[in-house]
Formats: sequence, C-alpha cells, structure tokens
Amino acid sequence: MNEFLQPVVEKFKTEFKAEASEFRDEVTLLIPAEKNIEAALLLRDEFGFDLLSAVTAVDYCPQKTPRFHMVYIFYSTSHKTYLTVRAGLDGESPSIRTLEKVYPSANWREREVYDLFGIHFEGHSDLRRLLLPPDWKGHPLRKDYPLGYEEVQFTFNFKEIDVRKPKGEI
Amino acid sequence: MREIQEFTLDELKHHLSSKAISGETVVLNMGPQHPSTHGVLRLILELDGEIIVNCIPDVGYLHTGIEKNMEAKTYQKAEVLTDRMDYMFSMGNTLVYTLAVEKLTGLKPPPRADAIRVILTELSRIQGHLLWLGTSAMDLAALSTFLYTMREREMILDVFELVSGARMMTTYIRPGGLWRDVPAQFESLVRRIVKEIPRRMIEYESMLTKNPLFLDRTRGIGPIDTKTCLAYDVTGPTLRATGLAHDVRKANPYCGIEQYDFDIPTQTEGDCYARYLVRLEEMRQSIRIIEQALDKLPYGPVRVPNYKFVPPPRSEIGASMEALIHHFKLWTEGFTPPKGSVYATVESPRGEMGVFLESNGTPKPYRVHYRTPSGPLLHALPVIAKGHFVADMVGIIGSIDIVMGDCDR
Repeated sequence: MNEFLQPVVEKFKTEFKAEASEFRDEVTLLIPAEKNIEAALLLRDEFGFDLLSAVTAVDYCPQKTPRFHMVYIFYSTSHKTYLTVRAGLDGESPSIRTLEKVYPSANWREREVYDLFGIHFEGHSDLRRLLLPPDWKGHPLRKDYPLGYEEVQFTFNFKEIDVRKPKGEI
Repeated sequence: MREIQEFTLDELKHHLSSKAISGETVVLNMGPQHPSTHGVLRLILELDGEIIVNCIPDVGYLHTGIEKNMEAKTYQKAEVLTDRMDYMFSMGNTLVYTLAVEKLTGLKPPPRADAIRVILTELSRIQGHLLWLGTSAMDLAALSTFLYTMREREMILDVFELVSGARMMTTYIRPGGLWRDVPAQFESLVRRIVKEIPRRMIEYESMLTKNPLFLDRTRGIGPIDTKTCLAYDVTGPTLRATGLAHDVRKANPYCGIEQYDFDIPTQTEGDCYARYLVRLEEMRQSIRIIEQALDKLPYGPVRVPNYKFVPPPRSEIGASMEALIHHFKLWTEGFTPPKGSVYATVESPRGEMGVFLESNGTPKPYRVHYRTPSGPLLHALPVIAKGHFVADMVGIIGSIDIVMGDCDR
C-alpha cells in the first residue's frame, strides 16, 4: 500500500470502524452509511483529497443486506492518489446523507444516482432526475429493472411468457 | 404516446431569483436544438435585459443507457458501445475501458501496442481540439477557421480508417493489445500529419490569436478560478487555464506515456482566451509525444499471447485445434476476470475520463460507470456564465468544450 494512504486507512479503522481491502493496488474502505459526511470532511480537510472524482452505486439485488453500495472515488491532486470509499445501503428505498455541502460536485452526481438507482439523498438541494425525463417510471440501473428485450413467444409457450411480459409502459 | 411532462416555473423556483416569479426578469429557453449548443443541450436562462442572472442546464437528451447495456454483454462485446459516448475521443473511450479490463484481469500489453495506443489517443486529442477550435471560433462568427480545421481533421480520421476500417467508431484498442498491427503506410502517414499540423496551426493563430474581434469576445469572458474548478470537479484544459498543472498523463501515467518528454501548458486567467491558448499549446505537445513515440516505436507483437483472454490470430485458427477452441470459447462465452472492482483513468481532451468497473466473476461486467469530464463542466456552467451577456453564453459553451454524448452517456 501507498505510504500516503497508510495513515488514512488507520484513521478510518479507528474512527469509523472501516473495513479496508486492497485489490490491484487500489485501496477500498467500507464505512457505515451514516458516517459518510464525517468521512468526506476528514478526507478533504485533513488528508487533502480535493477532488471527488466519481460518485456511483452498485446494486447487489437480490441480496438484501446490503442491497446497494454507494461508491465514492476521491482524488488528491497533491499526492496523485485515488481512494475508493464504499457505504452499504439496505432496502427497496434506501437513503443516505448528501455530500453536496462538502463537495459541490456531488450535486449532479447524486442526482444521477437518484435517477438511475433510486437512492434518496437527505438534505439535497435539488433532487430531480438528471438524465431521464421527469415522468420516467422506475430506476434503470437497478438489477431488477428489465433491459427492454421482448421475449419471443411461440405457440407452445405463448401463455407462459405472456404472464411475465411487461405490460404497458416501462 | 405518453404526454410530455414539462418543467414548471414552480419546480425550478429554487434556481431562480424572486424577480423571475414576479415577472421582472425574463425566463428564456435556449435549446435543445440550437446550432451553438454542440449537441442537444437545453439551457433555461433567467435574464435581466441581456445579462444572465441564472442558468439551469437541462441534460439527458442523448442518454442512451450505455452503462445498462454493457452489463448485458460480455467484456469484449461491451467495448463496442464505449466508442459511442464521447464521439470526439472514441480512441480514448476504448482505451480507458481496456485499461480497466486489463487491470482487472492482470494482462500486460506488449510495448508496441502501448506505443501505438499513445500515438492514436494523442492523434485523437488533436482531432478533438481541431473540431473544438473550428466550432468555437464559428460560434464567435469566425467562420473560415472551421473550414480549415475540418480539412486537417480529415487527415487524422484517414489514419483511423487505415488502422481500423472506421473513421470514428474504431474499437481498435482491445483488452490485451490491439485488434491487429498497423499497416505499413501508417508511419509515413502519421509523419506527414506531424509535419503538417504545426505549419497549419500558424495559419489558425494568424486568424485568431491577435484578432481584435476574437480578443473582445474571449478575453475576460467566462473566468473561473482553481478553487471553484476543484469544488465542481472540473479537470482538463479548463482547470489548467486557471494555473493548476494537473494532467492525468503526468499524474497517473498510462501506456508508458511517462517515457516521453512533454510539458503541461498552463495559463492563469481562467477565461475563454486562456482556455484557447492552453488547448493550442496542448496540440503542439501532443505532436511532440507522437514524434517521440514514432521514433521509438518498437517492433514485436501487438497482442498478449494469452488465449484465455485474447483471441488467437486468424492464421492459427486454421492450423491449431486449441486455437479454434479458444476462439470459439472467447466469442461465445467470453472470459472471466476475478471478483473485484477497479478504477482506471485517461486524460481526454476535456479532462479526466475514468471507468469504474466491477466484476462478480462472470463473463459480463457487473457494473460499468464512466466518469466523464463533460458533466462537471456543465454543472459549473451556471457559475461561469453568471453576469455575462446572452451572446457570450455561446462563446462560453464553446470554450469549455462539452460533448453531450460524453455527458449523457
């Protein structure tokens, strides 16, 4: 592990009981979801991670706990190092506090995650859909959202497929 | 047909000033189809006379669900979709995806493949900047520059066609190396471009750099400072024009780009003119990289001979049973990287472009996320544009160089 990241990982372990893992020289920290703002503040003010490079999510459906992982990728322009921080979220309509006050760039990124995953961001100033039209139903990047293929029906299985075929608009 | 639901003034209240509600200022819609918005971008502007009070970008018109589609395809087949995002930097889109897959699988491409990747992505950067130069000057009514830059851009697209068969959607860079080796004419063609472009750039500069009309429309227009750039995660030439020399090619080098000698141009003003100067200098630096890469271009294979991940060459399929089986397995089933997630980045003409790739040990990527530079640029647009004239808005959009396919994905 990068010697710059060593104290960060130690601090996260004592402060937030984070689980650290390393894969292909990349460090990932798994923190409790309710500590995300404190973690971001610590990274920005104490360790000089000045860019929030990416915010996204991963859906582990049908797994229930955690159903989602929020993924934050931080970057430090002075140390030229990336750090991935993940937070697990449970349930059908999960919710996590917004990082918009710490990193303004999180505003649009969280709108995108809300749009495509349906994760609610508490305290977000402008939680509207970013990419899809405002009247869109559902959240496409969830694993239980169909890709939109139409299953081919034959005479022998027509009724069977008709039952699970999406009706009306998706 | 469903009815299209539109924004109401009430929904956007928190973005507008109280004067907009009482009718003292005008709320004007610009786009989504407007010749100067470079794609389908819609802006809702609140105007006090001709001054922009507030600006609300509305994106998503080019959203094609590429991230979702990639989850349903194998690693090799998903790559074809990546070209279609930032269509001005398609070589780089495939490169960053390829780098992520290689990181995940632990493949290491041969040195010749690395050198060709660098040459092609730098050519891609030059053609992206050429198109930007033409269109952004055209937005400021300097029409002739566009005709010249398109002519030079065509020379670069010819090289892409020569190596891959396609001018824009190339999918030439593949996990484990390249699709195939470059043809024999490649080197002489690139050498001609390298000789020609700096000469032609003097022509563009003579049209713009000291042109008083161009200076009036760019100098002092749309300034942004380093702090705001970092807060909004704005990278690339827009960040470098504010004085911070941050470039992924220097900070987190890829494909052995660190062995070439080049500089990161910076300016301090952060306005449209500074961004223009930074980009012009970047094209010269890219030429320098290409020259060095061509001089050092090593001979050897362009693909890793690991047939569990990389398809065997056509000549072997006819002669070897194992090669045939590998070929069949790779194109029907695909390969399976280990479980885990990686993040890879390259420098696009607009800033840092990253791929977050998660694998669950199956032949299909579990989650692909593109961190694209155009989104943050548009997010910061209201901050940049506030207080300027509507006419300057067009120049500002041109100068930050957004590609909507990149923003919406």
